[in-house]
Amino acid sequence: MTTMSTPNGFSLDSGGRRVVVDPVTRIEGHLRLELNVDADNVVRNAVSTGTMWRGLELILRGRDPRDAWAFTQRICGVCTGTHALTSVRAVEDALGIAIPANANTIRNIMQLTLYVQDHLVHFYHLHALDWVDVVSALNADPKATSALAQSISSWPLSSPGYFRDVQGRLKAFVESGQLGPFRNAYWGHPAYRLPPEANLMAVAHYLEALDFQKEIVKIHTVFGGKNPHPNWLVGGVPCAINLDGTGAVGAVNMERLNLVGSIIDRSVTFVEQVYIPDLLAIASFYKDWMHGGGLSSQNLLSYGDMPVRANVHTNDSLMLPRGAIVGGDLSTVHEVDLTDPEQIQEFVTHSWYTYEDESRGLHPFDGVTEPAFAVGPNTKGDPATRIEALDESAKYSWLKAPRWRGHAMEVGPLARFVIGYALGRPEFKEPVDATLRHLDVPIGALFSTLGRTAARGLECQWAARALKGEFARLIATLKAGDTATANTDLWEPSAWPTTARGVGFTEAPRGALGHWVEIRDGKIHNYQCVVPTTWNGSPRDPAGNIGAFEAALLDTPMHDPEQPLEVLRTIHSFDPCLACSTHVMSPDGQERASVVVR
Amino acid sequence: MASRTETFYDVMRRQGISRRSFLKFCGLTSAALGLGPAWAPKVAEALETQPRIPVIWLHGLECTCCTESFIRSAHPLVKDVVLSMISLDYDDTIMAAAGHQAEAILDEVRETHRGEYILAVEGNPPLKDGGVYCLPGGRPFKDTLTTMAADAKAVIAWGSCASWGCVQAAHPNPTQATPVHEVVTGTPVIKVPGCPPIAEVMTGVLSYMVTFGTLPELDRHGRPKMFYSQRIHDKCYRRPHFDAGQFVERWDDEGARKGYCLYKMGCKGPTTYNACSTVRWNDGVSFPIQSGHGCLGCSEKDFWDKGPFYERLTTLDPLFVEADADTVGGTAALVAGGAIAAHAGVSIARRTAQRRNGNGTGNGTGTGTGKGQGPGHSDTGDSATRG
Repeated sequence: MTTMSTPNGFSLDSGGRRVVVDPVTRIEGHLRLELNVDADNVVRNAVSTGTMWRGLELILRGRDPRDAWAFTQRICGVCTGTHALTSVRAVEDALGIAIPANANTIRNIMQLTLYVQDHLVHFYHLHALDWVDVVSALNADPKATSALAQSISSWPLSSPGYFRDVQGRLKAFVESGQLGPFRNAYWGHPAYRLPPEANLMAVAHYLEALDFQKEIVKIHTVFGGKNPHPNWLVGGVPCAINLDGTGAVGAVNMERLNLVGSIIDRSVTFVEQVYIPDLLAIASFYKDWMHGGGLSSQNLLSYGDMPVRANVHTNDSLMLPRGAIVGGDLSTVHEVDLTDPEQIQEFVTHSWYTYEDESRGLHPFDGVTEPAFAVGPNTKGDPATRIEALDESAKYSWLKAPRWRGHAMEVGPLARFVIGYALGRPEFKEPVDATLRHLDVPIGALFSTLGRTAARGLECQWAARALKGEFARLIATLKAGDTATANTDLWEPSAWPTTARGVGFTEAPRGALGHWVEIRDGKIHNYQCVVPTTWNGSPRDPAGNIGAFEAALLDTPMHDPEQPLEVLRTIHSFDPCLACSTHVMSPDGQERASVVVR
Repeated sequence: MASRTETFYDVMRRQGISRRSFLKFCGLTSAALGLGPAWAPKVAEALETQPRIPVIWLHGLECTCCTESFIRSAHPLVKDVVLSMISLDYDDTIMAAAGHQAEAILDEVRETHRGEYILAVEGNPPLKDGGVYCLPGGRPFKDTLTTMAADAKAVIAWGSCASWGCVQAAHPNPTQATPVHEVVTGTPVIKVPGCPPIAEVMTGVLSYMVTFGTLPELDRHGRPKMFYSQRIHDKCYRRPHFDAGQFVERWDDEGARKGYCLYKMGCKGPTTYNACSTVRWNDGVSFPIQSGHGCLGCSEKDFWDKGPFYERLTTLDPLFVEADADTVGGTAALVAGGAIAAHAGVSIARRTAQRRNGNGTGNGTGTGTGKGQGPGHSDTGDSATRG
């Protein structure tokens, strides 16, 4: 039988032609997609496979919990910092460490900085080429491009001469015959809909954004010493503040604060004058391409992030809200408790791991990870040489399948904005309503590939403005005479209880992120991470529910299955991050890898 | 074929860049490489006569921090590197093509540029269980890596994953993640370690190879000497505080606020060969120690397994300020075990003596600090320890 219905309401047909996209590029890590398309080239079955696994949680066992942030930060260098922040929160939760107000604000500033840079890079460098035809820009009239740019923004780099220069450089590049990263792509594909002038404007901003993103992260460098992978600290932040005393040049001082303030101002300007106008302009040409909604109109999850008050992690303190929406019912935002064993559970029926009872899910505190690579009987090809097609009736991914009260959930900027909208928070509701009005589309348009992409842009703008607010908060606290940045009362392991466990959470740019740690005798006994792309890219669960990637790809029409532009467009709207992958520890702490290749 | 003959200079001229600007660029490039202005004409000559060299950038088990660092480069700007210096024909993270179209590029470049392209590798291959822990393109990453390396002119091992193994190779290395040089044979491998490496170090190494058509001088581990021959401690701006025995004792204490030495907080600067304290990070804004946290030693082999990050170093002789990584090898480290602790001890003893003589400064006695550092930073401390 090739057709089936999933409990979460999707129809799958694994007949028809099988199309493989591997590697999926312009993402973090390694992702494989397999699709079945019908006679009209419409996607009727989608299989999402994480093709890498590193086992970081096993590596963490027995280590000093104060070091865990550095290890987990290396889970991902794209969303750099967010795992580290999650980790220090988990250890502080376990040990009952309260951080000073300044440390909380600086952490917020660092997390918001990541949001602005990561969303900007995602839009221009990972996602734009799904909408923007670079080669078409060669046909643009620089004068008309200038008129277009000036009609949507007051950004000063908009003269005809400017766009002529950019076009000239692009022309020389293309004519050199060495297309570099633009080689062998989908230029001229009918799914591209922008006029040449909009393409040229977008190419110019692709280059400008590449220059500017490196400026944004200097905020991480001020407080954390480097980017990617800045430094963090259990109990606070490592940078001390010394505004006007002896040795102030060796600490966060007025010059450093001025640098941060200046970058924040420039970030707000760039996002508001370049990113948002481009997003709206591009969206206006694609607003009838309403594919890719998937789970977004049903189930959405957010853990929340950026506490306004240090150490207060409830919704009245979190700038990004916590909550869950189920079944598309926006009238109810369910409470989310990361410690409740009935809420978050992970399944492995279709993942390359084994449980004693695979019909059940396990809460991360009780998490088990035994890698067990084995492909199903209908697999084509051989993993030892090359897999041609996977068998999704068996295990088929290095990602586990996390579920919230049994539901497959979508996480990410769209989830956060819809949850904020449902809670009636004006900072989310107003920009969403304004955007829908601007594009003249109904609220249902949110639940689409384009909706996901728009939410990320709106969130980037929100984050840039929030940076201003947090910077003002930092200055106000300093003005009140409080310069503390670390609480070292419980720094020494001798002050810790024999056993402790805790949960840390953030909203990574890609979505809800949680770390669960158990400490025994001053060392890490168990460490589990459930990451955004595990939620979105999850394989099927024992009940047959499909995850967000697979759901979003269904019913997408492809012009040519050999040229997967439409599929890339939808997958990129999630901003996948596959290096995160999953866990590796059995309850007795023994690694029990078993590998069967059939 | 035009692409085989067009040079970097041709491309720049066609983009409307004047010869004057081109020569200025060459001057900046030679300065960035530490070569001095006398080298600028050589840089110009090289760029005028060489086509853009194809670069294939593969990703194994990694976190993409190396790519993220690379795109932070301020000089040269990464857009200029990609548009004008190299031909980045394959890089999963930024390339427009995917799937078959992407895979085809690997075969095309290997066949049409045999022996001419640079293979840049981010991450490493897991060897356990036939490599099933990393299967991009549906096949073990090791196979793609060795196939592409066999026909490359040179391999650049970006970052600590490719150079040493890094975090996934930390104990117990569940996937048998293995550094590139242990898998690739017959093609030179240049290691650019760090987690990640500094952006301008990455583009500096690449520009050097493109400009001079040869590998930069390497140490015996395969690292470019121009960036990895001196320890962070040797060039650290907080070194005078080390020598004066002025240390941060607790996070956010008075010493932390005054920018004292982080040795006692576990700083690995004394044993780490990298350019952080000189080139610094993100266009020179700062580096870990300047922002108050000790160095993790992220460019060193197996740095994850060298004890907790906040435990102070007790090994390696700190006194070979001019010694490079070749002369301070593993043997020297064993012989000199405990010397750094002794060195710190001497610094503290000297400082105590200074205080007794009314010549030094107590913790946090304000303006006297600067004066106290003068004699503390003299050679006497070092020679005393040497004796």
